[in-house]
Amino acid sequence: MREIVVCPRFLFSYHTSMSDLQLVINDPAKLDFRVHRAAMVDPRILEQEMRRIFDRCWIYAGHASEVREPGDFVTRTLCGRPIILCRDSGGEIRVFLNVCRHRGAVVCRERKGNAKGYYCFYHGWSYDRDGCLDGVPGQSSYPASFDRKQLGLASPPHVDSYRGFVFVSFDPDAQPLRDYLAGAKEYLDLVVDQSPTGEMEIIRGTQEYAIRANWKLLVENSFDDYHLMSTHSTWLNYMKKSGVEIPKPPKGHVMPSHGVGKALGNGHAVIDNENFRGRPVAKWIAIYGEDAKPEIERIRSEVFARLGEERARRVCDTNRNLVIFPNLVVNDGSSVTIRTFHPTAPDRMEVTAWALGPKGESPKARAVRLDSFLTFYGPGGFATPDDVEALESVQQGMQAWREIPWSVMTRGIDKEGEQLNTDELHLREFWVHWDRYMAAPGTLAQEQAR
Amino acid sequence: MTRAEAEDFLYHEAALLDAWKLDEWLALLTEDARYLVPSNDAPEGEPGATLYTIADDIHRIRGRVTRLKDPQAHAEFPHSRTRRMITNVRIVGGDGGESIVEANFVVHRFRRNEQVSQFVGRYRYTLRMVEGKTRIARREAILDAQELGSLGAVSFIL
Repeated sequence: MREIVVCPRFLFSYHTSMSDLQLVINDPAKLDFRVHRAAMVDPRILEQEMRRIFDRCWIYAGHASEVREPGDFVTRTLCGRPIILCRDSGGEIRVFLNVCRHRGAVVCRERKGNAKGYYCFYHGWSYDRDGCLDGVPGQSSYPASFDRKQLGLASPPHVDSYRGFVFVSFDPDAQPLRDYLAGAKEYLDLVVDQSPTGEMEIIRGTQEYAIRANWKLLVENSFDDYHLMSTHSTWLNYMKKSGVEIPKPPKGHVMPSHGVGKALGNGHAVIDNENFRGRPVAKWIAIYGEDAKPEIERIRSEVFARLGEERARRVCDTNRNLVIFPNLVVNDGSSVTIRTFHPTAPDRMEVTAWALGPKGESPKARAVRLDSFLTFYGPGGFATPDDVEALESVQQGMQAWREIPWSVMTRGIDKEGEQLNTDELHLREFWVHWDRYMAAPGTLAQEQAR
Repeated sequence: MTRAEAEDFLYHEAALLDAWKLDEWLALLTEDARYLVPSNDAPEGEPGATLYTIADDIHRIRGRVTRLKDPQAHAEFPHSRTRRMITNVRIVGGDGGESIVEANFVVHRFRRNEQVSQFVGRYRYTLRMVEGKTRIARREAILDAQELGSLGAVSFIL
């Protein structure tokens, strides 16, 4: 029986069957977990995601190493808004909305650089490094109530960072960043602990590319190890041909080595795997070349001496693909990549990816890191283009959502205890929290006022 | 090397790539060849210190060809159709047996469902005479786009 129903979840009429009211079916008693494919195609859902998820969560803005000196800046688009990430005259990291307070033009149109201040060419208003309005041509024509102090560059309600990772929240009522990150902090620590100085840095060169697929499909893909053997067989073959030993999957496994999926709270989740694919910090594999062996061994010794055996083994001998809800991925595998993405349409997202490495890394180690990065990751790698193809293929399939409304996500759901990296606990964690945010109470008026 | 010789060579290479004759293309490369596509925001980088889109040595170039011939290279299966336009060929340097050759390119890429894209940029080649034949020691494809954006991936040989 089909009928027109008003779905309070979406605040709009939805032509659907009654059973389709929920977008995420989470019924552990019946061992059922399904995601409705309308969530990947409906523009009204995207609009609600922008208000209820992207405007409420902590969103990755950039890395402290991108702006080292007072006046350094980078500009980018975050949740649809133009922003400036910069260091002010006192050396503090700031995030400004890249918007003139007068009429709204952007005040910085360069990708990055070092600025004495920011200047709106439209009518000539200028702002200093700290965002204060310091120049208004013809100010005498404004009334006495005109107050330059009230008209500095605006910032999002919250800006904070954790170990170099800078986040903003557009929600005035956001919880503190450290609370929000929950169990993801420990995994960021494992990434940053690779560095003897305790500091990581973004390496020059940015990969920015669009994918014709819904943004949530990239969340799933970024820590879905179930797809690795079938989607990435050409990469595995190349590794084998390069002398890298790829073990046969242990009993009950799909992947060559043991790994688990874990929920980290607040929608963050991770896969945590025994390494078989090499790590610049620090597990040598044949593809790095014999000449790199002493350097990788030296790095490994330093980590063991600094962190002790147990933690050093975690840093050096395990991989982690970490998703910080909703749109930050840190893949600490063949290399370290930071990847964030923003939807521009239900079937399109813009991805930005960087390579991250220890500050002060030797030129040899840096070269190994970048080479290892490119074998797998990025738009010219041996794996990422096939991921993109998979996501775009899924998006095409989503067009038949009326006939095939549900995606099945039940791997591992009947298990007690440990969940494998090829199970789907971590994907379910994302979707449960997505559903929670989307269901948050609010009237249409409140939504529009946000 | 004269400009006419360089043009003939580049046109021949382009024809092989457009025809997906990848093994014949490989035979044009030297044993120490490199194939580079810099990140769009760092066109003047150095592969050991800067993140590229592609920074292959000969081993990975051969691996790339093996991969592209495998139907499991999903991003290029079925293969894209490509059509390369190469112009403004100039000999800009070189000595002894090597010539540095630059050229402008437009590579049109076609996939099903009207997925049409244009990769526009500049090639920079190091061509070397090996046993009387012209061979590619280094080919760098520097894209003009400010970001890859809707071009998506560089999954074929650009």
